[in-house]
Amino acid sequence: MTTPLLSVKNLNLTIPTGSGTLHAVRGIDFDLHRGETLSIVGESGSGKSLTSLALMGLLGKSIARQADEMNFDGVDLLAANRRVMRDLRGNRIAMIFQEPMTSLNPAYTIGDQLTETLLLHRKVSKAVARARAIELLEKVGITAAESRLSQYPHQLSGGLRQRVMIALALMCEPDLLIADEPTTALDVTIQAQILRLLVDLTREMNMAMILITHDLGVVARVADKVAVMYAGELVETGPAQEVFATPSHPYTRGLLRCIPQPGKTERGAPLGTIPGVVPSLIGEVSGCVFRTRCPHAQVACRAEIPQHGTASHGFRCVYDDGALSEEGELA
Amino acid sequence: MLTFILKRLGLALLVAITVSFISFSLLFLSGDPAAALAGETASGEDIEAIRRLYGFDRPMLVQYGEWLFSALRGDFGESYYFKLPVASLIADRLQVTMLLGLCGILFALLTAVPLGVAAAIRPNSLIDRLALFLSVAGQAMPSFWFGLILIVVLAIQLGWLPPSGASTWRHFIMPTIVLGYYAMPAIMRLTRAGMLDVLESDFIRTARAKGAGETRVLFKHALRNAIIPVVSLAAVQMGFMLGGSIVVESVFALHGAGFLAWESIARNDLPTVQALILVFSMFYIIFTFLADVLNAWLDPRMRSA
Amino acid sequence: MSNAPDPLLQEIQGPSPRQMLKIRALGHKGLLFGMAVVGLLVLIAILAPVLAPHDPYAQSLMNRMVPPVFMGGTWEHPLGTDHLGRDYLSRLIYGARVSLLIGAVAALISGVIGTAMGVAAGYFGGKVDAVVTFLINVRLAMPVVLVALAVVAILGGSLTVVICVLGFLLWDRFAVVMRASTLQVSRRDYVAAAQVIGASTPRIVLTEIMPNIFNNLIVVITLEMAHAILLEAALSFLGLGVQPPTPSWGLMVSEGKNMMLFEPWLVLIPGAVLFVLVLAINLMGDGLRDVTSPEGRS
Repeated sequence: MTTPLLSVKNLNLTIPTGSGTLHAVRGIDFDLHRGETLSIVGESGSGKSLTSLALMGLLGKSIARQADEMNFDGVDLLAANRRVMRDLRGNRIAMIFQEPMTSLNPAYTIGDQLTETLLLHRKVSKAVARARAIELLEKVGITAAESRLSQYPHQLSGGLRQRVMIALALMCEPDLLIADEPTTALDVTIQAQILRLLVDLTREMNMAMILITHDLGVVARVADKVAVMYAGELVETGPAQEVFATPSHPYTRGLLRCIPQPGKTERGAPLGTIPGVVPSLIGEVSGCVFRTRCPHAQVACRAEIPQHGTASHGFRCVYDDGALSEEGELA
Repeated sequence: MLTFILKRLGLALLVAITVSFISFSLLFLSGDPAAALAGETASGEDIEAIRRLYGFDRPMLVQYGEWLFSALRGDFGESYYFKLPVASLIADRLQVTMLLGLCGILFALLTAVPLGVAAAIRPNSLIDRLALFLSVAGQAMPSFWFGLILIVVLAIQLGWLPPSGASTWRHFIMPTIVLGYYAMPAIMRLTRAGMLDVLESDFIRTARAKGAGETRVLFKHALRNAIIPVVSLAAVQMGFMLGGSIVVESVFALHGAGFLAWESIARNDLPTVQALILVFSMFYIIFTFLADVLNAWLDPRMRSA
Repeated sequence: MSNAPDPLLQEIQGPSPRQMLKIRALGHKGLLFGMAVVGLLVLIAILAPVLAPHDPYAQSLMNRMVPPVFMGGTWEHPLGTDHLGRDYLSRLIYGARVSLLIGAVAALISGVIGTAMGVAAGYFGGKVDAVVTFLINVRLAMPVVLVALAVVAILGGSLTVVICVLGFLLWDRFAVVMRASTLQVSRRDYVAAAQVIGASTPRIVLTEIMPNIFNNLIVVITLEMAHAILLEAALSFLGLGVQPPTPSWGLMVSEGKNMMLFEPWLVLIPGAVLFVLVLAINLMGDGLRDVTSPEGRS
């Protein structure tokens, strides 16, 4: 296999708080190759967005980042200084945010904001940048692209603004695109269009994409690989099809039960829920973080949790089979 | 945008007319302006003569209308004391006041905006505390006292600057500092609060994600948005400062319009006082109007509305 | 079930809002300092006849411009005497009465006017709001110092006139803030609920709106009190405020100005006291705002 474009080993993020250190993200490992889409799934507060900001080097000053390895196409992100990171951002690693309504600067035109990225990273003329902006606006499906350049963000709808954000991210043909909940703030009909667009573009431009979402429906449609995140840890990672077909971690199965499936979920039958709340991550965190909500929890869950499964599809649980055999008894 | 300007212009005119009426009616506050003008020793006949001479015997609204229309033509009557046309008297003195006001607001902006930005970049840092201290002290500082202290220290003890007068640019340094410091705290606080607010916003994160450098993020993306309310505040402060120049001008014996106002009030020179109130109000009204228009133009959301 | 507070329940609920307010207030240095200084000066003003070593009006041409103790004077006149031989400390102490009285009463008058206008504008909206907003605009366009000076000059500079003029001029901030707060509060559900059950307008304003904008009102009162004190001092300094021989700090600075070259302390002392009082009131006002609206803290 070729060397991965992005390789992260044992990423930890900690935030000092008044009542102790908050271990927001712990022991994250993943690899990503060109042309692949990795989806990080988890509920809000699970550390997905922090992980992506850590890759961009955009964490707030109060958040400490530690890892064994963070390598992007030969560049050591851990050792990279501000200058190197600035050259990567927007150029080779681009990001799309959740809130299209507020992610564009209200004081500048769409054209100014689109061309700024290219002008920052490439020695091109304004005319070239403008042409590129028009080309990309057309590519993301915006009509009358040229006239949009002189418009301001407040004159566009949410869906259009997110398309502009996508065009903005693609200005320099990045190798890696990080999309943090790109469709959450949009109408359902628009969501599908934007997702399709992202998938098509990654294929066409041979980009790698990290798609962060809490929506498993989104994952199923677009991801090659899935990483399920819970309370700051990756509890299960693997090829999307395998994870959906044979979910191994109790949390993944719990998540999947929460989605109604046409034909499978009976009318009137209650949807699955995962009772309980996420544990506090302040202070030392040990054992399985899901044990406070897991139906199969036992004393051993407080100890070190082994990694199971294959290299490509792994999960962390005290049960060899992720307590799948117990599930039958309960049901 | 055009509708906005027209609406705003209508409001400004209405305010101007109301203010002019109030400043005119000040004349009648004392009861009988003729008696006040004639002085305490005047006889009843003298008062009657003055009443007829100045037309105080006619209905107040008629007098107001006449006054307003001559004022519109630039005729504010004759000063009781200087025996000169009020308009030319004020025009002469206004230059000094305008210059002082301009220097004052520039001084305020040039200290307040950088300080506010620096304070917002590093909240609770040393510079933030310094900015807070300067603004708290500035709000409590009686400007006449501050001016006198500057005179004692800079002019008398150190002999660096002339204590009073207006003949050279060095005469303007202390008045500028005093007047500017009066406007500085509010501008500083607004800049700091605005920057703090903007720096938290999503589009700043977008700018950083683009690979923009910190300077570019701060000045091109953040300050551009945070400065919009500061512009209106500066205009309002400029209006207040012209009114406040009366204290500063009297401390430093700068013979501007503020000094004239003080002299005229002390001498019961009502036509001059009325005209000055009107002129200072007009400046305020014009400044705030211009600021609102500039504001609307700076903010694309309002520009296209 | 007993009525004794359940310790467990208390632990879950944490301190009551009132307790939280107290905790925050005690942790706010500016507020504590401001309250201490203002309290002290109020006490001094009340006890002026007891505390003042001399009659503040008693002139003594033999003892003119005696320097303060720290500049070689005697304890007979700890802060020296002025150009008429009046004891400076006694005049300062009585001056606190003038400043505080003018500040408090002027803030009260303008508070009543401004609050009435602001609440009416915020609650009724529409035409009432338009009229009030217009009046605020007119008021802001008038140069305060100039108008105050002119009116005081016309009506004569008694304490009552100065207080009234300031009271009738400084209502703008009350109107602006109370209008905004009322607007905010009257959109809340409990006001709608009161309207639905048919409560009368005065009742809604008094029981639903006023209690919820009271904190803001207190903050504006303190800040406007400081504003009024500064303005009175400026008017008196210009010779068109409180008239001599009343001991006003602004007047004392003005009287000392002529001797400033040789006796700078004549100007420094009353000005410094004025500065400290206004600073303390402002710190108190800022502190109250921080403490009562934690979400609005910068």
